[in-house]
Amino acid sequence: MNTPKSKRPEVNYATRVDKVTFKSKLTRNLKAILTVIIAFIVLIPVFWMAATSLKSRADAVAAPPKVIFEPSMEGFIGLLTQRRQVTAAQGLEEIKQDPNLKWYDRVMLNRGQQIVGKSEYVGYLKNSAITAGISTILSVLFGLFSAYAFSRFKVAGKGDLLFFILSTRMLPPIVVTIPIFLLYRQLGLYDTTFGLIILYTVFNLSFSVWLMQGFIDEIPREYEEAALVDGYSRLQAFFKIVLPQTITGLAATTVFCLIFAWNEYAFAVMLTAQKARTAPPSIPSVLGTGGIEWAQIAAGAMGFLIPVAIVTFALRNYLLRGVTFGAVRR
Amino acid sequence: MSELTLQNITKKFGAITALDDVSFTVKDNEFFVLLGPTGAGKSTTLRVVCGLEKPDSGHVLLDGVICDDSTPADRDVAIVFQQYSLYPTMTVYDNMAFPLRAPGRRLPEAEIRQKIEAAAEKLRITHLLKRKTVQLSGGEMQRVSIGRAIVRRPRVFLMDEPLSNLDAKLREALRAELKHLQKVEGVTTLFVTHDQIEALTMADRIGVLNRGRLIQVGTPEDIYDRPANMYVAKLVGSPRINLVSAERVDGVFRLTEMGIELPLEDSDHLPDHFTLGIRPEDVHLNPEGKFSGEIGITEPLGVETVVHIHSQEGEIVSLASGLIQLNFGEPVRFDINRDHLHFFNSQGDRI
Repeated sequence: MNTPKSKRPEVNYATRVDKVTFKSKLTRNLKAILTVIIAFIVLIPVFWMAATSLKSRADAVAAPPKVIFEPSMEGFIGLLTQRRQVTAAQGLEEIKQDPNLKWYDRVMLNRGQQIVGKSEYVGYLKNSAITAGISTILSVLFGLFSAYAFSRFKVAGKGDLLFFILSTRMLPPIVVTIPIFLLYRQLGLYDTTFGLIILYTVFNLSFSVWLMQGFIDEIPREYEEAALVDGYSRLQAFFKIVLPQTITGLAATTVFCLIFAWNEYAFAVMLTAQKARTAPPSIPSVLGTGGIEWAQIAAGAMGFLIPVAIVTFALRNYLLRGVTFGAVRR
Repeated sequence: MSELTLQNITKKFGAITALDDVSFTVKDNEFFVLLGPTGAGKSTTLRVVCGLEKPDSGHVLLDGVICDDSTPADRDVAIVFQQYSLYPTMTVYDNMAFPLRAPGRRLPEAEIRQKIEAAAEKLRITHLLKRKTVQLSGGEMQRVSIGRAIVRRPRVFLMDEPLSNLDAKLREALRAELKHLQKVEGVTTLFVTHDQIEALTMADRIGVLNRGRLIQVGTPEDIYDRPANMYVAKLVGSPRINLVSAERVDGVFRLTEMGIELPLEDSDHLPDHFTLGIRPEDVHLNPEGKFSGEIGITEPLGVETVVHIHSQEGEIVSLASGLIQLNFGEPVRFDINRDHLHFFNSQGDRI
């Protein structure tokens, strides 16, 4: 049965939350529009790079630039392989008939090139992964322990030590590369992954100690003290009680250290030649060999960007909390 | 359960003396409360007892055995902090199991489960066992902390203002619960608080601490009825004790500021000038009373009413039972119960 109209509860329109003024609607939308515009401007180079990495050699240099094009994996394949130029006279068509050809062989054969092996870039990428990975783990680990010590124990000259650690960051890396270059050559660390790992670890350590100390300072001592009284040793208390609470800080520190070690260029270009060379200095070296392979360069940059993007994305929740740490009450 | 003794403990932090020659014994099954204001050294005392701080001199004895060099883990004491006692990354169950899983004990999981369930039952937290500690309210958290402490039956149970962060109602409820638990379980307890009501209501004995010195140790009755000095007299009792300067003239006390004279008997041991302490409940409003004054403000508390009486230059506070209607500035007559007067000399010590 319908309720008579007069008995319906009256809606007090003055307090309805969905009644939004035109002005507030406008400002909210303006903000969104502004955000989109800024994001668009910021992302143009990234989009350009991504697009170029998927273009064929001809499309990459086309003028005016093509926004719509036929995607090709030429750039990536070119970056990761070594090839040989094959002309029709050398039997290009016969090679094309080979039933064992993979898709990437065909792509390159259509350009008149035969893949003969992996490029050096693959090795460089592996070096990059090893160097960045190990140095990040080491600097986060050392940073965690020293930060804990600085935070919890009476360390003689604590303030001076912390300042000294920080001061290693004050010189731009490029200033110290020459002395380090000479030093490394004498020590036999030149062009070794080990040498690069040491350098990146030390360089990141200052950052990692300072960041981690902030995080550990925020964890009340009472937790550990309760654990000590509950029958655990200092070290056990650290692993069982403190460590699980530093995850946020560890994630933030890891990302920052990893980004530095992965992107580092100046040391890598000076201190490595072949064996230990990492990816960043090798990308521009593609420039020189046989014309500018824009698609290859873009592919190199893309491939280089992706791992860091993935790690950052995976840890983004921790990161956000890490960066705003202390500013908000947890 | 066991007996805890502190012998001449002194602890300094730089130039600050946190504890100055503190000695006392908490007897087996006793509920001992250390009472004192912030910075009196109460928490430091607890930290020395559980081995988190090393005293500069003096000894801590558990069951008569000196344990100065034992680690906190070896002492087998449990502590409940004011806050932050629960491990935030664990569930309530894991929190309570934590001490039982410690390397020194490492009980079988079945036994742990049994003990936790028994303790949870007692504290009425069984329904919380699976929760994460962040989902608990303040009262629940402190219940769990207490549970974690009793579940392993420590030799001594230490509590560092465990009720201070709770709201008034909850504090009252938990106070009674805690006292009951302590009696039922028979745990030797050293409880630290700045709240005199907590001390008076819960303690078997109270130790009053001020600036690192132990001023008086005694039962709540001792502390309340025979305070060792003016400091203790002021610290316990609410509303606060009336302290008025007095002099002895021609066989009577003259309360200097109030112009009141009290007859005196066998007062030869008293000096000429001293301070008289009168508890508010010993000041009675009485239409036929000997003394007169006028009503200042009144503070109705429900069960009783605090009445401020002005008399010449001075003011005296009276505690009258029930709710009474009195108007500001009205003349009033009152009596002073002379059986419970407290006398303090110029140093503030009891005479």
